[in-house]
Formats: sequence, C-alpha cells, structure tokens
Amino acid sequence: MSTVLIADDEPNIVISLEYLMQREGHEVLVARDGDEALAMIAEHRPDLVLLDVMMPGRSGFEVLKAVRGNDDMAATRILMLTARGRDTDRTKGEALGADGYVVKPFSTRELAEQVREMLGEN
Amino acid sequence: MRRADKWLFAGVALVGLVCLAWLIVAGVLLWAVLDKADWTTVTEALGGRAGLLIFLWALALVPVTGTLRFLIARYITAPARLAEAARLRLDNPVDEPLTIDGSRETQQLADIFNTLITRHRELREATDERVAEAGRRIELERGRLAALMSELRKSVVVCNLDGRILLYNNRARQQFRRLSGAAEVTGGAELMGLGRSIYTVLDRRLVAHALDTVRRRLESGAESPGAQFVTATPGGKLLRVQVSPVSETVDGEASPTRMAGFVLLTENITDDMQADAEKDRLLQSLTEGSRSALANTRAAIEILADDEVNEALRDRLLGVIHEEVTSLSERIDELSASSTERLRSRWPLEEMLGSELVDAAVRHLAEEGTIHVAREGNGEEIWLKVDSFSILQALAHLAARIADEHSVESVSLRLVRHGERAALDLLWQAQDEKQAVEPAWESEPMQTGDEQLSMSVNDVMERHGGTCWHESANGEKHCFRLLLPVAEPVERGTGPLAGDRESRPEYYDFDLFAITPETHSLDDTDLGALTFTVFDTETTGLDPSRDEIIQIGAVRIVNGRVLRHEFFEQLVDPGRAIPASSTAIHGITPDMVRGQPGLQTVLPAFHAFCRDTVLVAHNAAFDMRCLQVAEARTGVVFDQPVLDTLLLSALVHEHQAEHNLEAIARRFGLAIVGRHTAIGDAMVTAEIFVRLTPLLAEQGIHTLGQARSAAQKTQFARMRY
Repeated sequence: MSTVLIADDEPNIVISLEYLMQREGHEVLVARDGDEALAMIAEHRPDLVLLDVMMPGRSGFEVLKAVRGNDDMAATRILMLTARGRDTDRTKGEALGADGYVVKPFSTRELAEQVREMLGEN
Repeated sequence: MRRADKWLFAGVALVGLVCLAWLIVAGVLLWAVLDKADWTTVTEALGGRAGLLIFLWALALVPVTGTLRFLIARYITAPARLAEAARLRLDNPVDEPLTIDGSRETQQLADIFNTLITRHRELREATDERVAEAGRRIELERGRLAALMSELRKSVVVCNLDGRILLYNNRARQQFRRLSGAAEVTGGAELMGLGRSIYTVLDRRLVAHALDTVRRRLESGAESPGAQFVTATPGGKLLRVQVSPVSETVDGEASPTRMAGFVLLTENITDDMQADAEKDRLLQSLTEGSRSALANTRAAIEILADDEVNEALRDRLLGVIHEEVTSLSERIDELSASSTERLRSRWPLEEMLGSELVDAAVRHLAEEGTIHVAREGNGEEIWLKVDSFSILQALAHLAARIADEHSVESVSLRLVRHGERAALDLLWQAQDEKQAVEPAWESEPMQTGDEQLSMSVNDVMERHGGTCWHESANGEKHCFRLLLPVAEPVERGTGPLAGDRESRPEYYDFDLFAITPETHSLDDTDLGALTFTVFDTETTGLDPSRDEIIQIGAVRIVNGRVLRHEFFEQLVDPGRAIPASSTAIHGITPDMVRGQPGLQTVLPAFHAFCRDTVLVAHNAAFDMRCLQVAEARTGVVFDQPVLDTLLLSALVHEHQAEHNLEAIARRFGLAIVGRHTAIGDAMVTAEIFVRLTPLLAEQGIHTLGQARSAAQKTQFARMRY
C-alpha cells in the first residue's frame, strides 16, 4: 500500500482529498504547513506528495526544492496542486522538479487517475 | 578764399595802411614844422630817394605778413581745426587722440576733449557689455526652456489667442505626426508648425468652450484655472486635451485675469481607453457571470439540507451543483488564459536590448563588490522589457549572497530564451556539499552595501510579471534563473532631420504672441510678418509641359526665421523614365523613385504643407509652371502669391552679372549643402531670401505688393516657360 502525503493549509480541500485518497486505497498523511510537510517527508518517506504552494512557513516551491536537493528524499513523487495558475508558476514548478502541476479547481476523477499513473510508474 | 587767408589779407592791409598813414602824417608834420628853405633842402635830399622809402615800406610788410600768419595759425586756425576734429569724433569713434599745434590754451582744450572722448567711449563700452550680458542670459534661459520643452514626455503646444502655434515640443511633433493623414509624405508637418493654426486638428468650438471655462475660472480667482476635454481626431484616435491659460504680462508683471494665449497638453488615450475597457469587461464578466452559477449551487445545497427531499430530486440537485461548478471552473480558466497577455504590469518597464542589460549588470557588479563577473552565452539578440535598476539591485543582492554562502569569487551571467520569455542566469561553481536547505534568497529583503531595501527579489520579479528560482546539478553547478518578459524589437531613431543635425531644433517663437489677425490684404503686409514656404523641385528635364516632377523639397520661414526642422521632402515616382543626363545633375536614379508615391498623393500633401503661406523659389517661373501643368491631373491649384529670389537678387544687386544660386550664395557667404537636391536647394534659397529682405527694405521695398511689382520690372521677369 502506498503512502500519500497531503500538504495544504486549507481544511476545506483536505477533507475531500483525504477521502479521495483513502478511497483509492492509500494510506494518507496530512501536513498543515510547509515545515511540517518537510519534516513528515523526511520521517515517513511517502510515495507521493500532493503539495500546495501557498502555505504558511515554507512555500510549496521551497519544500519541493528541499526534497529534490536531498539525495535520500529525491525520488519522492511530487504533484503540485495549487491555485497559482500563472504560466510562470507552472514553469517554475517544472523547473524545480515537480512531477506534475495541477491547477485548482480540478476534477477529482482526473486527479485520482493522475495519482494512479504516477504511482503505477513505481 | 579761406577764412584764414582773409584774416591775413585784412591784417596785412591794415598794418600797411597804418604805416602809410604814419608816413603821410610824419611828412605833413615835417612840412608844417620846417620853414620853406629847410623844406626845400629836405625834399632835394630825399627827392630821388622817395622810391627807397616806398621800397622800405613794402619790405617792412613782409615780416609783418609772417608774424601775422603765425599769429593767425596759432590763435585762429588751430582752434578751428580742433573744433573740426572734435566734431568728427562726436559721431564717429576714432581711436587716435586729438593732437593740435597751438597755444597752450588750445592744447589744454585738446587734452580735455580727449579725456571726455575716452570717458564717453568707456561708458558706451560698459553699457554695450551689460546689454550683451543680459542678451546672453536671456538666450541661456530660452535655451533651457527649449531643452526642457523638447525633452518633455507630454506633448505641449502653446498658442496665441488666435489659435496660432508659437511653441511646441518634440513629443507634440511626433504625436501629431501619428495623427496626420499624410504622415508618410509630410511627417505631420502640415499640422504642427510655428504659425500654423491649431484648429486644423482640434475642433474650434471645443477649444472655444474650454477657453470660456478657463476665462471664467481665471476671473473667479480659481487656483488652477484649467479645463480639459476629450476629442476624437479625424483618424479615429482619442485625445485628452488639458487647456491652461498663459497670463498676459502688463508692465512685466503677469496679470492674473487676462489671457495672452493658452497651453495645451495633449495625450493620446486611445490605447489606455481600450485597455481599461477590456479590464472592466473582464471584471464584469467574472462578477456578474459568477453570480448565477453560485446562486444555482447555493440554492441546491440549501435544499439538499432538507430531510424531506426524495432520492430523485437529491440526484438532480447534485447534478446541478456539479454542472454549475464545472462550468464556473471552465470560465475561470478561459478568463485567466485570455487576460494574462492584456493585464500589463503597472510598473513602468522599458524596452532594452538583452546584451545591454548584461553589460550594465557586469559593470554594476564590478563596482559594487568583491565578486568577479564573466559573461557566457551565444550573443543572440533578445529584447527585454525590464525595470533595469531593480534588476541590477536583485543581481547585486544575489551575487553578494553567493559570495558569502558559497565562498565563490566569480560568477557568470547568461541570457537565453526560455519559451515565451527570456532567462537571465547567474551561474557559479561551488564545491561544498551543502545539503542543508538554503534560506530563500529571493524572499528576503535585498541588501545593497549597508542599506537594506524593503523589496525582495521576488517583488522585483512580480513587477516584471516573471519569476525566479535556484537550480543546481550535482550540488556543484548552480544557477539562479530570473525569468523576464520579452519585448518587441525596437526601431532605433526617429525620423530624419534635414539641415544640420547638431543644432537643437527651435520649436518656439514668442514673438508670435503679438501677431494679430490681418486687417489688411496680403499685399500690404510687411515681408517680415508673413509666413513663407520656400521650395524647389527636381524634374526629369527642363520642359514643364513634357517633364515630370521627381522630388519636392520645401522649408518654412516664420517671423523672419528659417525653421530648419519644419520641412517637406519627398521623392515622387514620375511613371516614366529618368534620362541619364538629368540624373547626372540631381543624382536621382530610377531605383530611388521606384515605390515612391505618385504626384496624385504628394501634391495634395504638399499643398496642405503650403497652406496660408507665400511661395518662394529660385527661378520660380519654372517651378510654378510645373505645378500648373500638374493641376489638371491632380486637381490641386496653387493660388498663393509667389516671390522669385532670382528677380529679387537682380533688384538688389543690379550690377552683378550672375544670379544663379551658387553665385548668390557665394555673395552672401553661404555654404551650399546638398546642391541639386530639392531640400538642399530650398534651404539655401530660404537663407538667401532671409538676407535679401533687409536689402530690399533699404531700397524702400517693405511689403509683399511692393516686392512683387518691383520684381516684375527686372529683365528676368520676361522669361517664360
């Protein structure tokens, strides 16, 4: 069973994402800000992270960079899930090494499919 | 006979008569005193010697004459000569001091005269110096005003109460050029020029109404009495015009309630209006458009909370929510995609060549600090849209952090394309194995030297609508990338300036404030008060009935000054071949005229350029005949009065044999630049005309009518084409 970490400070989306991932059969962890997210990645080594960008503490980009900069954690799959939809943000995310970039609002069905694909590559 | 000689003659005669009288009296006395016998002895003794007496008498007169002459020269002639010399120096400055041979009194007079003359000269020189000084200061201030006006980014036009333009700046010139219908041919010069009427561009009633408002505000003592209006030009552009009064100066003091003229600040708001309208539309569609979607969703959710809702309705309501929310998502995506191009950054960004930015960065970093900067890259030309100062600050901050954190001594700069944008990369090599998460340099406040700014690198990127990040490969090769917007390549330089490029164009003539509407006919107007268009044409040959115009050059004279930058220059496609013999003279080849507009386009534009002026040309009969022949084809009639510098030169220098352009220019000491180009010849003719005008005045020719009739009387007037 794979572990999925949901990093987002908005409870209104976490509730739906949590349910979605559990229904998919993954073990779900939740982080409410950037620092917590990084700590949890280091400790639990999830297979996939659903990473928001606008979070208190470190931003999603900083977390992404830290993860990719650390050899131990570098292989973690990261899917950015954010309201920041400008093309510059997408470019930055991809340049920093995100495996996917989904702009809110999104379709839960499509998200589930994308998660399945990313984990299936394992 | 000279006066002195008269005196001499009279004096000698007087002395002679006195001596003779004395002799006679002596003789008479002797005769009276002596008795007859003694008298007979005396007369016998003297008898033959009477002649000797007469001779002695005559001889005595000689030294008398000499003495008298000396005395007259000293006491009469010398003062007279002094008076003459002094009188001469009254009107003419003569450097030599007065010297006179004469009595001591006369000498003293001469010395006093000299002193007075010297003092007078010194006084005059001091006054002249002060006048020149004042004149220089005025010129300096005028120059400063001209510089200010010409570099202003807003277009400024000053008019007198008649609406005649007497000052405008470069920006106004460019703006009106864009508004002109015949811009490619005239460069807008038929709209914007000293002495031209502003009412060819702006509606007279609009301006009059604005001026009324201004007057009322002036009279009521408002602090900033101005008015503004928005008007559409014939070309469909929107202009915002602000009108302010120019106060009349009475006795050197600006009178607060009376206007001598007005200032117009014009701005082309067409693009701004469109952009604002677009933003409003987007905002509108977002708010209004979302209301229904949210209403549907909210109502459905609230109904769902009701326990009594049955399965079928529940399913339908869920369907509604799903549908509305999905379409709202789609709309946001659409709007987001379409609006990003149009939502410009509010911060003023400049177009700049990428390599120039990199050069500036290299210089800036070299000055700032301890780090050495190299360049990398393929030298591709990329145009950026940047606020260069804040970019340099960002780079300086990053370079300093790099130097501190990684103990590196050199970095390189590279500029490459990145999709639709450009990436400015700061590259360095670091050996350290820093695995720890670096503090985010881009979000902390920037530091330059000792100062800490309130902006971060992120803020700078925000301004540019870009972003930045740090990449590293293997922890060794590091790259800090700044993503910047790309601009359209900019064309360098504005339109050509005829004549000398060094002089700053003069776009003002404050004398025009005073010009009042003509109450007399053109013929009675003084030459100095008229506006002239001096022109020249180059043709395919010398026969107006068969040859075609291939180039027109013209320049304006306003208030006695040649306005070198208000010119008209255009090649014309004649629609026929140009014989090699004529090309040899004016240098215009068939290649040069290919693709140029034809006479149908150029002549009406030229006509607009010459509007309300008197035409001047050298050997005008030829040029006017060419224009006449073109009348039938183009429907453009030139009915302005015409003056010919050939005839006027013959009037003024009637004894000279040569009156061709080179000869006249040489006589006036003018250099000819661009001989046998239409504009070059027009410029020289204009300079010649301006110099002929005062010479004509000396001959009593002041008005246009006088000039025309006098010119007709010269022999050249009989030439016909």
